[in-house]
Amino acid sequence: MAIQKGKSTLILDNQPSIVASASVVGKKEGEGPCSKNFDMIIDDGYFGETTWEKAESKLQKTAVNLALKKNNLTPNDIDILFAGDLLNQCIGSVYGMRDFKIPFIGLYGACSTMAESLIMASLFIESGFAKRTCAVTSSHFCSAERQFRFPLEYGCQRTPTAQWTATASGCAILEKHQENKPFVKAVTIGTVADYGINDVNNMGAAMMPAANDTILTFFKDTGYSPEDFDKIVTGDLSAVGSELLIESLKKEGLDISEQHRDCGLMLYDRSTQDVDAGGSGCGCSASVLCSTLLKELCENETKNILFIATGALMSPTSLQQGESIPGIAHLLHISI
Amino acid sequence: MKYTPKQYKEISKEMTYHTNSLKNCVFAFLVGGAICTLGQALLELYKSFGLDKNMAATCVSISLIFLSVLLTSLNIYDKIAKYAGAGTLVPITGFANAMSSAAITFKAEGYIMGVGAKMFTIAGPVIVYGISAAALYGVIYYILTLI
Repeated sequence: MAIQKGKSTLILDNQPSIVASASVVGKKEGEGPCSKNFDMIIDDGYFGETTWEKAESKLQKTAVNLALKKNNLTPNDIDILFAGDLLNQCIGSVYGMRDFKIPFIGLYGACSTMAESLIMASLFIESGFAKRTCAVTSSHFCSAERQFRFPLEYGCQRTPTAQWTATASGCAILEKHQENKPFVKAVTIGTVADYGINDVNNMGAAMMPAANDTILTFFKDTGYSPEDFDKIVTGDLSAVGSELLIESLKKEGLDISEQHRDCGLMLYDRSTQDVDAGGSGCGCSASVLCSTLLKELCENETKNILFIATGALMSPTSLQQGESIPGIAHLLHISI
Repeated sequence: MKYTPKQYKEISKEMTYHTNSLKNCVFAFLVGGAICTLGQALLELYKSFGLDKNMAATCVSISLIFLSVLLTSLNIYDKIAKYAGAGTLVPITGFANAMSSAAITFKAEGYIMGVGAKMFTIAGPVIVYGISAAALYGVIYYILTLI
């Protein structure tokens, strides 16, 4: 059974393994630096559907199907599935998962949802409530723009700190501990952090305090130091948030500049792909984890990583009412 | 975190990336100017067809709105606007783009609640405050003429 250590870290005793993973991404993401690691790249943003929302649901469905196929599993073999996305009422997940008939829990943690669902998926195995669980999240540039910003064809300029919502989905299947498979060693559940940032075009800065707090809590709770890890990967702080994070942690006496990577910066090549500060969205960290990060662990390029997906818990309504943007960050220690 | 919210706001403002205002101004001037020049050329063209000044001006507006909606539906207008900024926003073409882009994007929700209701999400405030400002100006003008 998991042991609580310090404030909010759980050290997992059974260490559930990520036995299969799959990622499906859009054309732009497929042209980025992680290109060769994705399972499927779709050229058509509509993915053969009639609306962007349906396309996003299909992204999730396809990611789950691909992950199941890798281990010759059927939906019946999954005991419980955790899914989430950015759309109101989590419709990306609901419609994507409705045909599977797998016990389903929908989650919302904005762009941190992949870490949130992975934590839940691993804790259900750790506690013996389930034998095989699944975590999946997605985001779609067009459905997110429509909901959070402007109509797609509207002519406006993006600010250099804005982030590009990834058209992507990632799915991971977890089982009890297995040799030669990446496993979850510990998790830290983050707290909501709000330092008064209210610029919707600078979400990296809004999410950074949450990442800062969660990383600090983990190191404080466990006694590890950054040198114990090959990579410390934040969800999608992107360029501005990443710089702020490294500076802020240095002030706390923690130097992660060597190990730090960011999914929002890994998914795209900022110099050529016109994504401003980098990527974001539930699918951003999910697709990078389920392709590149897990692959590096499987191929022994890395041995210990921290995966900290960050989310800006903003809503257009609260922003228009003058509220600031609260952030959240959840952490997983993944090892092999 | 070691920062107070106030300190953090200042630090994040310092470390943020700024837009290149000079470049944006130059592009806005060139593209906005080009649109206005096109308008003037069309005005002269319509006048040469024998239309009076008012009718020719109306035809120019109609032509520019048509071009803007056409380019919006072909996904070209937003690509130009990315560089032109205020240059494509301020002329009548920007207004046409705001309405047609909303109509296209929200068509998925149907013709009533999608196209009909959402068409004015961006253009609506412009109309409300445009008319309000005009009314206010009218009142001020009326008072001034009394003096």
